[in-house]
Amino acid sequence: MVMIRYPRHFDVSFFRPVRELEEMRRRMDRLFDEVAGRHPFGALFSGVYPSLNLSEDGSNLYIRAELAGVKPEDLEISIERNTLDIRGERQAENVEGASYHRRERQTGRFHKAVTLPYEIDSERTVSELKNGVLTIVLPKAEAAKPKKIGIKTS
Amino acid sequence: MTMTEKSLQVQEKKELQGRAESTRTVPVYVPAVDIFETTNDMTVMVDMPGVAEQSVSIDLNNDELTISGTMAEEAKTETMLLQEYQSGDYYRQFNVSRAIDRNQIEASISNGVLKIVLPKAEIAKPRKIDIKTT
Repeated sequence: MVMIRYPRHFDVSFFRPVRELEEMRRRMDRLFDEVAGRHPFGALFSGVYPSLNLSEDGSNLYIRAELAGVKPEDLEISIERNTLDIRGERQAENVEGASYHRRERQTGRFHKAVTLPYEIDSERTVSELKNGVLTIVLPKAEAAKPKKIGIKTS
Repeated sequence: MTMTEKSLQVQEKKELQGRAESTRTVPVYVPAVDIFETTNDMTVMVDMPGVAEQSVSIDLNNDELTISGTMAEEAKTETMLLQEYQSGDYYRQFNVSRAIDRNQIEASISNGVLKIVLPKAEIAKPRKIDIKTT
């Protein structure tokens, strides 16, 4: 006699293969990075506060950093040639007679220098601190912008 | 004013474990908090960079305080060159004592830090106990 047994938990709605695979890939990546002593976000990770994301499009470079609790007046950004300098301080909340139950939010000074991959136009650089996220928009210098090269036909 | 000479260190963001899965595709982080108490109230400060005022939800159910924040997702046409952090949503739960005056809770957000002030109910305020001498 042949008995066919179905797995008890066979319910398609709970099974999301793509998601499961994605999750597994992420875990594997992380594991390899840990073994190799690298940070999950790549070998370029600097380990200096604040953590930055650097991205680009055709005309600008963008630098973003999460700086919750840093007031705009406590932040200083400067550019010298192709080095961007971010320094500042995150101050502690001073409350008279408070007793702490938990204190996980760090305070202190920071200073980070970033070497920019392109020449930029420092005159037109703008920065914004919104909801604790700093965004710096650095327009690329004319020489660094991508150019389309026409092909002559004869 | 005293200057803090301490320099800030990178704190790796902690991903939330063991909660029902989110239907969004962004990671959910456990935000760093400070909780302190004064004579009249209890204050919770939560780091939630990237979360706008209208995307924060604070819920006090019995003695369970739930804080969650949703980051704004924008369609980006940029190419990432270097990524040192990921952004995502935030979620954290606390048990607070029942002796909170629920009608007086106030919350505000500034520079990506959420501040919740939970005033203590009259009965919970500290009283000095006199010691009688005979």
